[in-house]
Amino acid sequence: MDFNFTEEQSMIRDSLARLIREKYDFDTRRAALSSELGRDAAMWAQFAELGLLMAPFSEEDGGLGGNAIDAMVVMEEFGKGLVTEPFIPSVVCGGGFLRSAGTASQKEHHLGGIMSGEQIFAFAYAEPRGRYNLADLETSAKSDGSGYVLNGHKAVVIGAPWATHFIVTARTSGGQRDAGGVSVFIVEKDAKGVSTRDYPTVDGRRASEVYFENVSVPAEHLIGEADNGLPLVEQIADEAVAALCAEACGVMGVAHKMTVEYSRQRKQFGTPIGKFQVLQHRMVDMFMEHEQSVSMTYMATLKLGESEIERKKAASAAKVKIGQAGRFVGQEAIQIHGGMGMTEELAVGHYFKRLTMIDAELGNVDHHMKRYTALSAGDVSVAAE
Amino acid sequence: MNLEFSADEIAFRDEVRAFIKENYPQNAEIRGADDLTREQFLAWHKILAKKGWVAPAWPVEYGGTGWTATQRYIWSEENAAVDAIMPLPFGVAMVAPVIYTFGSQAQKDRYLPKILSGEEWWCQGYSEPGAGSDLASVKTTAVRDGDHYVINGQKTWTTLAQHADWGFFLCRTDPEADKPQKGISFILIDMKTPGIEVRPIITIDGGHEVNETWLTDVRVPVENRVGEENMGWTYAKFLLAHERSGIAGVARSKRGVERLRSLASTELLDGEPLIEDRDFARKISQLEIDLTALEFTELRTLAGEAQGKGPGPESSILKIKGTEIQQRLTELTLEAAGNYGHPYFRGFPEDGSNARPIGPDYAPASAPLYFNMRKTSIYGGSNEIQRNIISKMILGL
Repeated sequence: MDFNFTEEQSMIRDSLARLIREKYDFDTRRAALSSELGRDAAMWAQFAELGLLMAPFSEEDGGLGGNAIDAMVVMEEFGKGLVTEPFIPSVVCGGGFLRSAGTASQKEHHLGGIMSGEQIFAFAYAEPRGRYNLADLETSAKSDGSGYVLNGHKAVVIGAPWATHFIVTARTSGGQRDAGGVSVFIVEKDAKGVSTRDYPTVDGRRASEVYFENVSVPAEHLIGEADNGLPLVEQIADEAVAALCAEACGVMGVAHKMTVEYSRQRKQFGTPIGKFQVLQHRMVDMFMEHEQSVSMTYMATLKLGESEIERKKAASAAKVKIGQAGRFVGQEAIQIHGGMGMTEELAVGHYFKRLTMIDAELGNVDHHMKRYTALSAGDVSVAAE
Repeated sequence: MNLEFSADEIAFRDEVRAFIKENYPQNAEIRGADDLTREQFLAWHKILAKKGWVAPAWPVEYGGTGWTATQRYIWSEENAAVDAIMPLPFGVAMVAPVIYTFGSQAQKDRYLPKILSGEEWWCQGYSEPGAGSDLASVKTTAVRDGDHYVINGQKTWTTLAQHADWGFFLCRTDPEADKPQKGISFILIDMKTPGIEVRPIITIDGGHEVNETWLTDVRVPVENRVGEENMGWTYAKFLLAHERSGIAGVARSKRGVERLRSLASTELLDGEPLIEDRDFARKISQLEIDLTALEFTELRTLAGEAQGKGPGPESSILKIKGTEIQQRLTELTLEAAGNYGHPYFRGFPEDGSNARPIGPDYAPASAPLYFNMRKTSIYGGSNEIQRNIISKMILGL
């Protein structure tokens, strides 16, 4: 058992932290987010230059030989700086599908692009009526002999406005929520019949509704097995959950630190409010929630390679804990900042918003609690949701 | 980072598991802690003493095993799996580290071997009627009279003092000191010394686990003081940090969750197993998730200790979360018992009666255990005191 980071991982952490500190301060970030593009694309190029986008890939795939721990390190730093760049959609999800199930030709066409930052993937899995059930799909892909014809509507695809490619889940057979009959495709954003409606999200990112109207997808764009894509989708979703948990840890840590610092400065009744025991104990509770979230993130990340049931339980347990902790830490951070916490001008409110939305991404507390409970009872089919 | 045990660690686990299987005394099953006789408490301790495994955390020169943090973790997991009754903390985990860290050579030679062998049972004389969480306000006095201290005062919550041979006591040796923390000394007292009276306190679960200890003109040789006079507070704090680090009880709580799952699958609700009830299943899931968070927080702490960081203020998290989980476990067990949480059968069957308890086997103990476990967030520095420690030592407030 070992909880140490490798030298490479520590280097990634340090250089990324420095880059964010120097080039992605709060005001720069705010300006980038409110620009038309909604991001500072130069950041992505610098991340690529640092090798971040190659970090979690094996050397034979052209990466730096890292793994999910490297992604965890990156995402925790992203969280600390509230970085909105699409590392999870493109590297963890897009890269994850290709790494796990891509053909040699698919890897050749896309992995290099993902690692250099030239291709950006977005993961189009959610649907207007599917909530967090990865198998609840109305989007269909019908075989037309040489390939597939895709029709459907994907909801709130994070990072889609910046994407060059989508990973799309679609039903190739079976009923709307069946575990069988799910297939996964790579779809180019500029393919004929793909249209998007782009918008900002409440936590400063960009997303799209993505519509597919008789989109022709060549058979070689299928990733993994036709009709049996769900296990793969679940695996990548769990990897994304672990990365999201790491981000939440970074966000929580800063929200807590800001709150403690504020309580030292802010005086009421002639005393810094941090001297009031009622507030001290609440900040201790925030500290404990953050520490436990870090523990759960390590646990879930380290268990990604274990058996399917262990991996799923670990990811769901972590997402439950992080959802609850994030809500608590975020709400208390605002409360202890008082009226100032309500202002757009102060950073803490932005940390609160991100924490809130992390719970609503890839399954919230209720969803993962249900999944965990079903897995504990040994019902793997319910767990497939 | 990885979670795998090395080949050596797996071999160690197998060795430990085999040893426990062959040697753990049968019929030593846990009931309420205070239902046990002295012999039952000590049965496993004495077997471990022969093997040299009583005190894994001690330095090897005093009788420790030299195990790594991971090996100690494996050791507690394997013992919890059989609900083993482990050596009590008062000697092994509390007074002994103070003696081997601050005591004289003569004290080490005199006390440590008998703590290891289980020959001498220790109790803790810290709390007083007026000094609970505010431990530094102890009033029990030790007044120098030649080669002796003459001790007067009253201690309370003296756990299992009814069996104790020795006690470690905090006594005020300088009533004039300018701060309450100053002027306290750490003194070892033979419980058979004239002037000591131990009176039972019966707790809300009906058990006799704790006592009042009255000291009237108790004469104790000065050589029984550990470390310097008036420096006892330093040793007391050191001891409390040690006490906290084992307090999470992760392995035991994991075993407890398993037991809760299994009994909740025998209880029925609307004809279906209780474990399948959505509300109840969710409570168990929440408990298990919180326990996982605690487990990995403890593993991170252990990893830090292995790199030379002593048990620091972080161990307060383990105390707070560990005790909350232990309490929730007994709470859910009582809930599972439903109607059969009501009957009261304390003392069965040691009282010699032939009356059989009513309801499922676990049920009669469920309410008393729940009542009893409320102590955990109060003792060892209440959970509010632990928050004060984190606030001061980690957050710097």
